[in-house]
Amino acid sequence: MIGRLPIAKMFAATIALTVAISAVMVPINWNGEGASTAAPQIDDLLSVMIVLSSFVFSLVMVMLFYALWKFKAKPGDESDGEPIHGNTRLEVAWTVIPTIIVLFGGIYSWIVLNDIEAKANDAMTVDVFSQQYAWSFGYPGKDLAFSEGELHVPVDRQVQFKMHALDVIHSFWVPEWRIKKDNVPGITTTATVTPNKIGTYQLICTELCGFGHAAMRAKVVVESPEDFEKWVDGLKTEIPDPLLETIKQDTETDPVSLDAGGA
Amino acid sequence: MVAAIKQPGWIRGALGALAAAAFGFGLVIALRAISDLPIYQTEQTGYPHVVVPLILAPLGFLAGFGCFDYWLRWAAGMPTIPDDHSQHGATSWKDYFRFNTDHKVIGIQYVVTTFFFFFIGGLMAMLIRAELAQPGTQIVDAATFNSLFSTHAVLMIFVFVIPVFAGLANYVLPLMIGAPDMAFPRLNALSFWMLPLAGLLFIGSFLAPGGAFDAGWTGYAPLSTGAPLGQSFFNLGVQFAGASSIATALNFLVTIITMRAPGMTFWRMPLLVWANLSTSLLVVAATPFIAGAQFMVLFDRVLGTHFFDFAGGGDVISYQHIFWFYSHPAVYIMMLPGFGIISEVISTHARKPIFGYRLMALALIGIVVLSYSVWAHHMFVAGMFSWLRVPMMLTTLLIAVPTGIKIFSWLGTLYFGKIHTYSTAMLFALAFIVTFTIGGISGVMLGMVPIDIHVSDTYFIVAHIHFVLFGGSVFTIFAGVYHWFPKMTGRMYDEKLGRVHFWGTLVGTWGTFIPMHWIGMDGMPRRVADYAEQFGNWNLLISCFAFMLGAAQLVFLYNMIVSWRFGPRAEGNPWRANSIEWQVSSPPPIFNFDEIPRVVGGPYEFGVPGAKHAIMAGEGAEVPEAEPSVVGTT
Repeated sequence: MIGRLPIAKMFAATIALTVAISAVMVPINWNGEGASTAAPQIDDLLSVMIVLSSFVFSLVMVMLFYALWKFKAKPGDESDGEPIHGNTRLEVAWTVIPTIIVLFGGIYSWIVLNDIEAKANDAMTVDVFSQQYAWSFGYPGKDLAFSEGELHVPVDRQVQFKMHALDVIHSFWVPEWRIKKDNVPGITTTATVTPNKIGTYQLICTELCGFGHAAMRAKVVVESPEDFEKWVDGLKTEIPDPLLETIKQDTETDPVSLDAGGA
Repeated sequence: MVAAIKQPGWIRGALGALAAAAFGFGLVIALRAISDLPIYQTEQTGYPHVVVPLILAPLGFLAGFGCFDYWLRWAAGMPTIPDDHSQHGATSWKDYFRFNTDHKVIGIQYVVTTFFFFFIGGLMAMLIRAELAQPGTQIVDAATFNSLFSTHAVLMIFVFVIPVFAGLANYVLPLMIGAPDMAFPRLNALSFWMLPLAGLLFIGSFLAPGGAFDAGWTGYAPLSTGAPLGQSFFNLGVQFAGASSIATALNFLVTIITMRAPGMTFWRMPLLVWANLSTSLLVVAATPFIAGAQFMVLFDRVLGTHFFDFAGGGDVISYQHIFWFYSHPAVYIMMLPGFGIISEVISTHARKPIFGYRLMALALIGIVVLSYSVWAHHMFVAGMFSWLRVPMMLTTLLIAVPTGIKIFSWLGTLYFGKIHTYSTAMLFALAFIVTFTIGGISGVMLGMVPIDIHVSDTYFIVAHIHFVLFGGSVFTIFAGVYHWFPKMTGRMYDEKLGRVHFWGTLVGTWGTFIPMHWIGMDGMPRRVADYAEQFGNWNLLISCFAFMLGAAQLVFLYNMIVSWRFGPRAEGNPWRANSIEWQVSSPPPIFNFDEIPRVVGGPYEFGVPGAKHAIMAGEGAEVPEAEPSVVGTT
């Protein structure tokens, strides 16, 4: 049965289409500017997935349009097709090959995930507070270290964000960092980022939090360590009590596991 | 007048609803009065004097309408009204507005009602796109916008996609397996009548103080537990829609397992029957979870419990676990029946047996099993235990495998066939393969944690879900409606208008939802009434395509209404299909078969010399039982 199909030509068409789609899609910077060490890794994973997806999509297109071209009934032809009920080898192939492809993608993602979340020794901690419809930030280790609506971090140093929500769920997203994490009332959630490009970015709330959701933004400034120190020293406010309470009350999402070593 | 009140029907239904609402209202007032509480509690999460009547009024309506008459009489030891089959069949349009136990009438009631909600939900989508056509606020304010996209999603999911499949299957499935009706016709009618009540509760929430529910169709706590009264309408509507789907699923399970015609073994069932068997397994086991989740939210709101109240010791994230434990399987509840429809349509119009029939059925079962183990992929950034992410990622990616098997098997079915594309149903089926492949691909990407961290809760998600739910489920619904329209109405629809609808829908779908992937990755979050200037042009383009998509649906509506009334008469089997529903007249006789058919072979034996699926009454009874067809090998 398969012998009667121009398999080599169909495969060549699939590869050609894959190359064509990939050639158009891979060079495009879909995710926008990248400004953290995680960004290129996530973008590379995306590129690999675009190539694999183009292959799957091209295969389906070639199979579909070849069939529509070759096996379309002539007008007035009322006969039936050939009584082919299946082909065990083909069925095994299209079970096993996709399994291998998705498992490859899964393991690759797992490696990337471990990499972008690996903790550095000199990481700095920043508290993030969210409430309807504003962001504020605290810098532990200093008395007067509270900033409303503006987040500053030094470049090239890992930052551990400890996130707290006061009322409903909010979500912390800086697209250029490729990092997102929900802020959940009652628990402390964490996210790890190493910004590597000086600049000004926007922090966007991505979890529906009420009528002001679309406008819940904050300014993010990544600057040199010297500028950062100067800015932190210039802060004039203490963290207000209700916010301090959340730090004390929240339970950690990822408590250190019992068999030591950490989660 | 007295007779009208005694007879089950609309008048007694309305009185029942009023009486039940008055009773509920009085009960709340009386209890609060004797407890020395203020009579009216109007904090926005409270309103017991509204919530309790809202629970009771639909039940009062159902009782008045006659849904419980037979059972109540029987339970009370009263003489039951003899079953003279007056509740079977429809002789005029009025019969569709009565409590009717005929699965064919109920099927049409379902399809028409759900399409009514489809058009209401579609109008909301048009409003949403009108607001988003430009940055800034033009047409609706932010709070109304949140209500609009929440009700849009809820109407489409709970009172369109899920029940329209139940409606199509209600009509077709008993005929397909050679049964005279569903196993429990009265339960079937009750299931249907709960549905419009759910839809009315969802739409009625616009009348509540504070506006319609606005916490998204996901209703995440604590936004939902603190939301205005409209949220309670949602909590209650879900109960009625959920009870309706659970009862229907039980009905399908019992019907499929016990009422197949002689000779219809499991491996001779059409794939639509397999698809509804698997869907029903999902519905009965998963739906109680969303019912529970919404009851817990309602209790938090009205009774002051603390399930999801972090200050009272509740756990916010547990809402999401319970919700998605239903709502991910629900994605397959909204897809598997469509898979069944596509199998029927493609096999019939390609004049070919389904390629790898057994693997197709097993893939359905594989999806059922796997779909219970992937829910937390909706929560990769939600702040749950981080170790849960990798196992959920792997199961999520693996569920692409049975889905891929189905895509490749449909393609295999086309090979060496005689493909006819004159039917709009076949066009939608072929287009479904393409759009669903794209939705599947973006689904695999979303399953990968690092990519998901970046794109979750952005327009990429909006694009993905519409590619699988509109480009997927709704395309299969259109394929199914066109395919069985002649059977259900006894008329043919207009293929030319069908083509206009098809191309308008296909181009509209791609034009609307493809660019959403791009703006999502580039930084536009979802569920926002306003967005950054940089996305302005793309959104304008998306809105234009969305309006075109909306306009194409009007062509469909016109075609359906006019063809139903004036279309040329349909023969019993206009598509020359094999399955049993096509071997009876269009529309079928009131009790389906004069004599139950005898099944002697597989359902897709196109091109097999002398093969037959079923022997109908009057056909040579001397035909011997054919050799079981060899399936799965060449």
